[in-house]
This record gives sequence, structure tokens and C-alpha cells, in this order.
Amino acid sequence: MADFLYQLLLSLDATLRIATPLILCAMAGIFTERSGIVDISLEGKLLSGAFVAATVAAFTGSAWLGLGCAILAGIIMSLIHGFACITHKGDQVVSGVAINILASGLTIVLGIALFQQGGKTPSLAKESRFTPMEWWGVEMLDSVPVLGVLYRQLISGHNLLVYLALLAVPLTAFVLYKTRFGLRVRAVGETPQAVDSAGISVSLLRYRALIVGGALCGMAGAYLSIAQGGNFVKEMSAGKGYIALAAVIFGNWKPLSAFFACLMFGFLEAATARLEGYEIFLIGEIPSQLMQAIPYILTVLLLAGFIGKPHPPAASGQPYHK
Amino acid sequence: MSKPTPPLPRWADIVLLPMINLFTALFLCGLIVLAIGENPITALEVMINGAFVYKGALGYTLFYTTNFIFTGLAVATAFHARLFNIGAEGQAALGGLGATLVAFALSGLPSIFALPMALAGAALFGAFWGVVPGYLQAKRGSHIVITTIMFNFIAAALLVWLLAGPMLEPGQHSPQSSLLPEATWLTKIHEILAWFGIKVAATPLNTSFLLALLGCLIFWILIWRTRLGYEIRAIGQNQEAAHYSGINVTRVIIITMAISAAFAGLMAINQIQGVSHKLILGFTAGYGFTGIAVALMGRNHPIGICLAAILFGALVQGGTELDFEFQIITREMVLLIQGMIILFSGALAYMFNPPLARFLARFLRVRTKEKNYG
Repeated sequence: MADFLYQLLLSLDATLRIATPLILCAMAGIFTERSGIVDISLEGKLLSGAFVAATVAAFTGSAWLGLGCAILAGIIMSLIHGFACITHKGDQVVSGVAINILASGLTIVLGIALFQQGGKTPSLAKESRFTPMEWWGVEMLDSVPVLGVLYRQLISGHNLLVYLALLAVPLTAFVLYKTRFGLRVRAVGETPQAVDSAGISVSLLRYRALIVGGALCGMAGAYLSIAQGGNFVKEMSAGKGYIALAAVIFGNWKPLSAFFACLMFGFLEAATARLEGYEIFLIGEIPSQLMQAIPYILTVLLLAGFIGKPHPPAASGQPYHK
Repeated sequence: MSKPTPPLPRWADIVLLPMINLFTALFLCGLIVLAIGENPITALEVMINGAFVYKGALGYTLFYTTNFIFTGLAVATAFHARLFNIGAEGQAALGGLGATLVAFALSGLPSIFALPMALAGAALFGAFWGVVPGYLQAKRGSHIVITTIMFNFIAAALLVWLLAGPMLEPGQHSPQSSLLPEATWLTKIHEILAWFGIKVAATPLNTSFLLALLGCLIFWILIWRTRLGYEIRAIGQNQEAAHYSGINVTRVIIITMAISAAFAGLMAINQIQGVSHKLILGFTAGYGFTGIAVALMGRNHPIGICLAAILFGALVQGGTELDFEFQIITREMVLLIQGMIILFSGALAYMFNPPLARFLARFLRVRTKEKNYG
């Protein structure tokens, strides 16, 4: 039993590490989608952020510069998205697909040109990464039975970006529900006409939502390549942007629910790794591919209204014509 | 609002504007090549040689073209009903599964029977993977874009599971099935030409290219010459109006997605029945996503789709040539070009519309005036 609990604890610890980029991207998706822009380009922004973070950190040796430039890269990709589907009223889905393909092409082409390692970036030294932070008092609490382990494994010992992701959730909720900007973002995603007739620029608001989203995706990218990992590998986002999008939908476009969806999807992945090869009583071995497909299957079921009722932003996907 | 723009002449809309968009995309890619220290003109030359000039190049280009025609038709069919089928990738994967399962089930039967059934298997399995999102969109209101994205991932997981487990060729380590019975293989075009005494280089180009062209014809008849096609376009124009004119919107949406996904499923036969003769993990290689670009560039018309498919086929084939000629430019350059083309021909398709229309209007007006005075 104690062993089981310890395994569970390790799984929870892994959950948090897997969920971090999902959480950041999901919060990004909430901002853009709530402003009425379909954002399937989370994946591309995440990938760009990861590449730029690792590249800048490799050249300058500074993790902080890497993070900053990753945020910039995410914002630039967002601005391209905005230029296409806000300024020129292009199709948001097409633009999103374009950004995703562009990001995978650009990161590989530039990666090979810069480092000649087949699309990888060089491994970073410890100083140019965000490394796990040990919290104050870990040693002291170690002697306390349950709390000590919990504190050491689950609360302490993560890198900065994990804590930033956890902070991003209440911040997103606060901005969305308690500030004027958030109110307007939500309004512009429901009835842009009303926002426009109040004399507020629909385009500018959507651009601002996109910029916030781009920054968050950039952070998630930096997490992949200079915090969790030690370099950039091609296609390292590996569908995480889409899982984050699934989490946004599963969380009904609400920050807290999306956060829990991210944790659930993260836990599924962590559990998959641990369950591999284990026979479960009466069920037998669960194929890991089935576990990997669960987030997508759940999202389809939710969208179809089999688990609760989805409430997507009403003006989602439609360019605003004045 | 800025002042109203004059309408663009039809020829400019069909020919000039797409050309400008394409060249903008290529120009930007050229700048990137320049930025990483290579000569974009040389790169372009290498790609053109690799796609059309070298021995057998054209055969390879048309082989890839076949994939793009199928996925382009798939996306375009759905587009006519204003449905965004982003799931051609997953539908093609399922099509491959269908083609393989049917081929194994009918092993021992003569080609004349087994081959058409295997092709039907590809179309049916593909169609199934489109019908479910179509049903969920039409009946339950789930957004088809999201559902089809999710279905791509579910299809991928399904194929990994099958190819790493139940369908894995014994003794094989990379995820692939055993070899299909020979009766279900498609004939290569160079073999057919050899029967007539015409000698061409051996390439993977096979009879599914002709099937793809037939698919274009069927697509044209379906969309513009049948009642169903009329209903599809009516729904695309205005779903409410279509509903009130007595069209069964739910039914037509599901059928549209079935046809769309069947086209995507047929892409698999070019790869599996045509060349590899077995189901290999990841054989769809992004062709489904590029189908979006093909449909957009081809303006959802079979002739346009064929032309766009040739362009993308040439890009893929020419891109492989980059690997041999350059140190730091690889075939992944093609991804970048594809992304740029989707951005400029798709999302920014009408960016150059107003300036071009104004320019042409002024230019044409001057011309007519001259004529009047002359």
C-alpha cells in the first residue's frame, strides 16, 4: 500500500511536469478563443517558442534571454495569425494550419542552417536552463512522515516555469472575469457588434488577446526546450498544442476547468508510462495507445454533448465585418 | 471603411491573383534561403530539375501528385458544403487500414475481384472516419474542425496499436504489416507503357494516377451536374435557405463527409497498393494537411486541384533533390514553402485583391478611353 501511494505520488509529480506546457497553452487558447478567434495554431506557436528559446539560450547562455525571445516568437506568430484573420479577414482555421506547418518547416530549416545537427540544437549547460528549485525547509520537513515526502516531491523541486504555469491559471481567471480587458474580451467573442457600437475597436481587442496568447505559448515552448528538456528537437511539440486545445474545449473555455482538464490529460500520460506492461485485475493490460487517445475521445464526446453541454464563444470563427 | 473597391475581372481572379499569392510565398521562402546563406535561384533550379528534368523525375512528381489530387478533392468536396474537413490525414490512414484488411481477407482470389474490393475497402474505411464527424456536426452540433482534428489523433493511435501489435509482421521491428497478396497490387505506368514498346524510367507512378483523374471527373459531375451536388452547394451558400427549400441538411452533410473522406481514403491505394504493398506507419506523411492547400489554391475546382496537386507533387519531389545538392537545405524546406503557400493562397488569399482591383480598374479604364478616342 505504501508502495502504491509512493507510486501515485511520483505519478502526480510527473503529471505536473507533463501538464505545465498544456496549462500555459490552454490559458493562451482561452484568451484567443474567448475573443472569438479559433486557435488551432497553439501547436505552431509552442513549437516556435521552443526553438527560439533553445537557440537563444545556446548562443547567449542565458535562460532568461531564451525565455524572453521565446515569448517574442510566440507573439510574432500570433501577430501573423492576427494579420491574416483580423486585418484581412482570412479564414481562421486555414491561417492556423498555415502557422502550424510554417512553424515546423521554419524551425527545422533554421535549426539545420544554424547548428548543422539535423534540426537539433546543441545541448545546453545547466546554467543556461531553468533547473529545479529546491524550496526552503525541504531538509527540515523530511523527518515529518507524510508531509515531508509530499513537500519534497510535489511542491518543491520544480523549475520556475512550472510555478509560472500554476500562477497563470488564477491570473487568467482574474483578468478574464475581474478586469475591464477581460470583460471586453469575453464580449467580443460573444457579440462583437455590441462591443463595436460601444466605440471599442474589435480588431484591437482581438489583437491584444492574441498577443497575450502568443506570450503564454512562447513560455510553454521555453519550458519544453530549456526547462524540461535541454535542447530543441524537431517537432518536439508533438501534438501538445492540440491536446491543450482539447483541454480548452473540455474545460468549456473556462480557466479553472481547462486547468483540471490539463491535469487529467497529464495524469493519463503519466499513468500510461507507469502502467506499461502491468496487468490490471480483470481487465488485463491496457494498450498505451488507448490511453494516449483518451483525451481526444473525451473531447469528441464532450463536443457532441454526451458529457455535459459545450458553450463555445458565440462569435467564434467569424471575422468581424464592420 | 475605405472606399469601395471595384470588382476584380474574372480572369484576374482566377489566374492573376493566385499567381501573385504564389509568387509572394515563394519570394519570402527565397528570402529565407538567402538569409541562411544559400542562393535561392540555385535552390529553385535544383528543385525544378529534380521535379521535371532528370530521368524519371516526372514519374515521381506525378506519383506524389496522385496523393495530392485525392486529398485535394477530399477537402474540396467538404468545402463546397462549407464544411472544413481537416481530417483527411486520419481518413487516409483508415483508408490504408481498409485497403490492407480487405486485401488480406481476399487473399487467394483473382486480381479482377480482389483489387476492386481492396480499393472499395480503402474508400469505405476512409468514408467511415468522415461520416462520424459529419454525423456529430449535423446531429449534435459539434464543430467539424475540432472533431476531425481529434479523429486524426485517434486514427494515429489506432494504427500505432495495430501495427505495433496485432498486425505487425512477425520478426519485423519497424511498425508495418506483412506483404499484401500480389493480386491486389496496382500496375506501374512504366510497365504499361512498356507493353506498347515505350521505354520510360521505372518510377512508382501507378494506375491510381488514372483513378485520381477519374476522381476529378466524378467530382466535377457530382458537384455541378447532379441533384446532390446542387444540394451540397446550396448548403454551402446558405444552410438556412437550403433547409427551408426542403433540402435535408443533416442527410446531405453526412453524405458530403462520406464522399469527402472516401476521396481521402483512396489516397492510401497510391501508397499501399501502388508502391509499398504493405501498411506502413505514417504513410500519410502530411498529405492530408497539404490537401487543404491544394483545395484552396485550386479554388475547389478539379482543374485547379490538378494544377495545384502537380505544384505540390513537384515541391515534394524537387525537395528530395535538395538533400543531395546542399549541405544546409534539406527536404524540410518544402514544409516551409507549403506553410507559406497556405498562408498566402489561403488565409491571405484576398490581401492583394483591393490593390490589384484598383490598379486593373485604372489600367483598363485608360485603355477603353484610348480606344474611344482612337
